[in-house]
Amino acid sequence: MIDKRMSAAAIVGQLQNGMTLGIGGWGPRRKPMALVREILRSDLSDLTIVAYGGADVGMLCAAGKVKKLVFAFVSLDAIPLEPWFRKAREAGEIEVLELDEGMFQWGLKAAAFGVPFLPTRVGLGTDLAELGGLRYVTSPYDDGEELIAVPALKLDAALLHVNRSDWRGNVQLLGPDPYYDEWFARAADRCFVSCEQLVDRMEDHFPDDAQRSILQRAFVTGVTELPGGAHPSSMPPAYGWDMKALGEYAAAAKDPGDWSAVASRFVGKDEATYLAGFGGTEAVTALPQTVF
Amino acid sequence: MTQPSLAELCILACSEAFRTDREIVATGIGPVPRIAAGLAKLTHSPGLMMTDGEAFLVEQPVPIGATGADRPQPAGYLPFSQFFDAAVWSGRRHAMVTPTQIDRFGQTNLSALGGTHRQPKIQMLGVRGFPGNSIYHPNSMFVPVHSTRVFVEGEVDMVSSAGYNPARRRPNGNYSGVDLRQIITNLCVMDFGGTDHAIRVVSLHPGVTFDAVQAATGFELQKGDLTETPLPDAETLAIIDRLDPKGARARVLKDNPPAGRSAA
Repeated sequence: MIDKRMSAAAIVGQLQNGMTLGIGGWGPRRKPMALVREILRSDLSDLTIVAYGGADVGMLCAAGKVKKLVFAFVSLDAIPLEPWFRKAREAGEIEVLELDEGMFQWGLKAAAFGVPFLPTRVGLGTDLAELGGLRYVTSPYDDGEELIAVPALKLDAALLHVNRSDWRGNVQLLGPDPYYDEWFARAADRCFVSCEQLVDRMEDHFPDDAQRSILQRAFVTGVTELPGGAHPSSMPPAYGWDMKALGEYAAAAKDPGDWSAVASRFVGKDEATYLAGFGGTEAVTALPQTVF
Repeated sequence: MTQPSLAELCILACSEAFRTDREIVATGIGPVPRIAAGLAKLTHSPGLMMTDGEAFLVEQPVPIGATGADRPQPAGYLPFSQFFDAAVWSGRRHAMVTPTQIDRFGQTNLSALGGTHRQPKIQMLGVRGFPGNSIYHPNSMFVPVHSTRVFVEGEVDMVSSAGYNPARRRPNGNYSGVDLRQIITNLCVMDFGGTDHAIRVVSLHPGVTFDAVQAATGFELQKGDLTETPLPDAETLAIIDRLDPKGARARVLKDNPPAGRSAA
């Protein structure tokens, strides 16, 4: 059995300039932020990012890592407009493919199934097809319905953050919502997973939670243990998002408005230094869940 | 009894938009639509389903800001991971949202304003789920500030949701799911019951004239029966207060005016 453990730096070392990367989670929820920070510490560039975007997208845009973004939204929820993403867009710095949220997961599924597209009504009557160069397809059956062909969103790599994994890549996700993480993994040539807790053999520790495994280990290339690795996004049920940190991050987009001036705060030279800046791992992983 | 606020009048009007005998998900984004969805479920439309704001379905609406024991326990499950399959693409949902722009065709925009798609003047959220919502299930809108900035003269800058614009319909596309219901604003209630789904004013809030609504709208409005939007009664106000015990609704409209004010 392959031991899939590797460091965050080794994961990022497997990525290359110009790659298409999918990032799991949803807005400010369960983002693999520690892996994103590791990318921000690297000299990777010209990336195409595919994400239900939150601060992951904002930071990568702010740092000039993004050539193209595939998105349906970028938002911090309580701070609806992601300010660093907004700056990059309003400066015309990035190419975009804007999709509907449902189309987006449809594109991941097309990639996962190895088909070039999947048809949908979604997007009809809007600007999406024309702006995104999306093409139409006609049903070959008697109905003759014309649909939009959502192109497969094939990923070179996917990055996910989960609660638990073992060294073989048996993951467990304990929060109530997997979002579309499993489809990011299946749409990708390689999927790298960071986890709050790494165990040796899952069956020796948490066999009763096996149904929490949203993803079969065949889809996992590498795992790394990074407690607090979702910060400042949420990690249900372990900890909530850090709205104070997100507020500070958002405010920095206006004053000073210069990423290089604040990157040491929001990325840090390494993960321990980063987490220490926000009270340390223990404090970060004890943040309460937000209620709606 | 204190006089109902204009926000409370809007909540009652919004709850009427949700009226249904179907079992569908009611999604109200923002305090007024959210309270309205809860009011609809607790009064005339018990079949409505709603989430706790995250992954679970609740049979009692979650009061705004409720924590701990005040939060209803989950009765069902509807995570984001099933949302398109189960709610949106099956047509089993009615959403009420607040777009940044709305045009005469009912097309809306919450993605970006001005400039080009490569470099918008103002980047907003992105289209989110609006394209899918609009092609598959009923939708209504709540507009807290009725103005020509929202109800624009031409088409919206970036068409994020489908409306009734014939120029944007392809001959063999299926638009049967496009079902725009009502627009509730701080001035009036409108629907899409005019000629060829044109937007028409169906009721005016107390003290508001049709001309005032027209003046605040960038396109020509049609006239419905033009009744007066009803005030919530004491029982309705009590339910609203239960759904919003901390008074988030008081911060939705500028200066939280009473419902019976004279025309501005």
